[in-house]
Amino acid sequence: MQAKTAKIKPSKIVHHYTLSHYIWIIVKYASLLLFSFMAVIPLVSCFVTAFKDDVEYQSTNVMTPPVSWVNFSNFIKAFQTANMGNAFKNSAIILICVLLISTIIGTQLAYVLNRFAFPMNGLIRNLFTFAALLPGIAMQVSVYSIMLHLHLVNSLYGYIIMMCGTDVISIYIYIQFFENLSTSLDESAIIDGASYWTIYWRILLPLLKPAIVTSCILKGAGTYNEYYCAMLYLQDKTKLGTVATSLYTFTGPLGSKYNLICAGVIISFIPALIVFIACQKQIYNGIAAGAVKG
Amino acid sequence: MSKIQSFFKSKKGQRALIIVGFSIIPLILLLVFTYYPFLEMIKFSFYNMRYAGARKFVGFKNYITLFNKREIAGSLVLSLYYMVGAVIQISIALYLATILSMKVRMGGLFKGLIFFPFLINGIAIGFIFKFFYTRGFVLDTVLSWIGFNMETLPYWLKDQAINNWSLVYSSFWKYLGQNMVLFIGAIMSVDAALYEAAELDGANKFQQFRYIILPSIKTIVTLNIILSITGSLSAFEAPYVITSGNNGTGTFFVVMNKIAHTDQKVGLASAMAVFLLVVILICTLIQKLLFKYIFRNANTDDESLKAKKAREKEAKAKLKAIKAEQKALKAAKGGN
Repeated sequence: MQAKTAKIKPSKIVHHYTLSHYIWIIVKYASLLLFSFMAVIPLVSCFVTAFKDDVEYQSTNVMTPPVSWVNFSNFIKAFQTANMGNAFKNSAIILICVLLISTIIGTQLAYVLNRFAFPMNGLIRNLFTFAALLPGIAMQVSVYSIMLHLHLVNSLYGYIIMMCGTDVISIYIYIQFFENLSTSLDESAIIDGASYWTIYWRILLPLLKPAIVTSCILKGAGTYNEYYCAMLYLQDKTKLGTVATSLYTFTGPLGSKYNLICAGVIISFIPALIVFIACQKQIYNGIAAGAVKG
Repeated sequence: MSKIQSFFKSKKGQRALIIVGFSIIPLILLLVFTYYPFLEMIKFSFYNMRYAGARKFVGFKNYITLFNKREIAGSLVLSLYYMVGAVIQISIALYLATILSMKVRMGGLFKGLIFFPFLINGIAIGFIFKFFYTRGFVLDTVLSWIGFNMETLPYWLKDQAINNWSLVYSSFWKYLGQNMVLFIGAIMSVDAALYEAAELDGANKFQQFRYIILPSIKTIVTLNIILSITGSLSAFEAPYVITSGNNGTGTFFVVMNKIAHTDQKVGLASAMAVFLLVVILICTLIQKLLFKYIFRNANTDDESLKAKKAREKEAKAKLKAIKAEQKALKAAKGGN
């Protein structure tokens, strides 16, 4: 009896398995294609439209491919209209300063918090964790009045100082990394007569490079794309515009010239696209590390 | 003087110096740009004031206005749309993450395409979706490809029956990939041997998901669902950049932003901010309690703390041993 069922069943199971297997493969790729299509379509339409001149834009459907794929006149015009050269310069200055300062103070704080047991250690950690709960936009109501009092409104360095406040995620990334660096490194250096500064600067910081890259990419993307505070604190748009806020030029009378706007939008995210293609792995790691903080 | 100098030269002094020196700047930044404004905000909420000029103490009047103003109460209801959107987003992100963590051709490409919108700046997204939803433009064209009649389609951003869903979709579009990558990270941290064992036992994909993947990532999924509640309450970007809060799309923070920076009713805006903060803190507290009592195995923080203490003890012991050895060496040298 048992032998009989054993003989019949396998073929049935295998058949059933392969059928569901094929269905699963179809469902799997269909859903991936569907969601990739949904992700890409708004961007594709932008791309298509950015290459059309005014007449073509008005007379053709937005999804019809342009006559010429090398008609860059919209890009040039958008770049000039929105003063994007200046915007890229400002964004670059902000990015370099913010990343440099926040990396240094972030790694220093993480070093102290991880390597030394002192009375305030837990308190400082909790202060940073709690700060992450406060939604940034709500806080700007009163931060704005403080920035006014400190005369930091409408200056690039005021905005930079504000953006340097180290966020919890990068501190977490650094602390986690420090935990995996053996303290015997520090100890042997101390025996050799090294100061704490030397240990931090010469020994640990170079080892911390992967964590620094990860958190710089995350913080860099955040800073480059930041628009709310930039609009609030960098009010002189002609001089102090960043790449994100320079796009605001296209509201108002230019608001319906989408061929120009799409070109501007594409220019604004090209740097992010390049960094994404070059550093996918680090970006994904950073996102996953951000999840750990909860 | 020399006493102070010798203190800074001593091990203990050096230690104090490095602790203070390394933590003072981040702490000042934290206090100036987070905690001081936080306290100021609470203070402001009891005043009738603008950014400049005289302020008048009004007690709880701002809070009373907060609950009576139609616009504000209505804006809180809108967060329900974003909550529903967030739950759908988490489920789809989980589904895609499960697929992408298995063997898939061109998985990296799919992952990249779905993730990239996360890296586009908010104002560009505003323009992209204004364009996307314009009558006869992108969405209408795509829908007409699959047989919809363009005439019968609604105005996606004007029609109040649908415009909040349109905005929710734009935030779904931006954050789906981020959530997915987060879940992929969590799934990848599951031991691969478990899948192999399950495969050998004849478990199908659904069973693998139900009995292996889900239990090991339920902590992070629950965490994300709870975070999405606080996130929905503070929904801001989509309505701010796409519709500027017009046509009944003003969420709580969009209304607050307008009251603070356009109307300059700083007191009322502060009261709104304080109110929402309290709600968010309550949600977070519930989350912490939930995790403490329901997901006991999730308390890895405590574990790592214990592990760390043990490690520190070990390190100290080692240091002592080394010091003793050195002393012995010195003594031996002295003896010679």
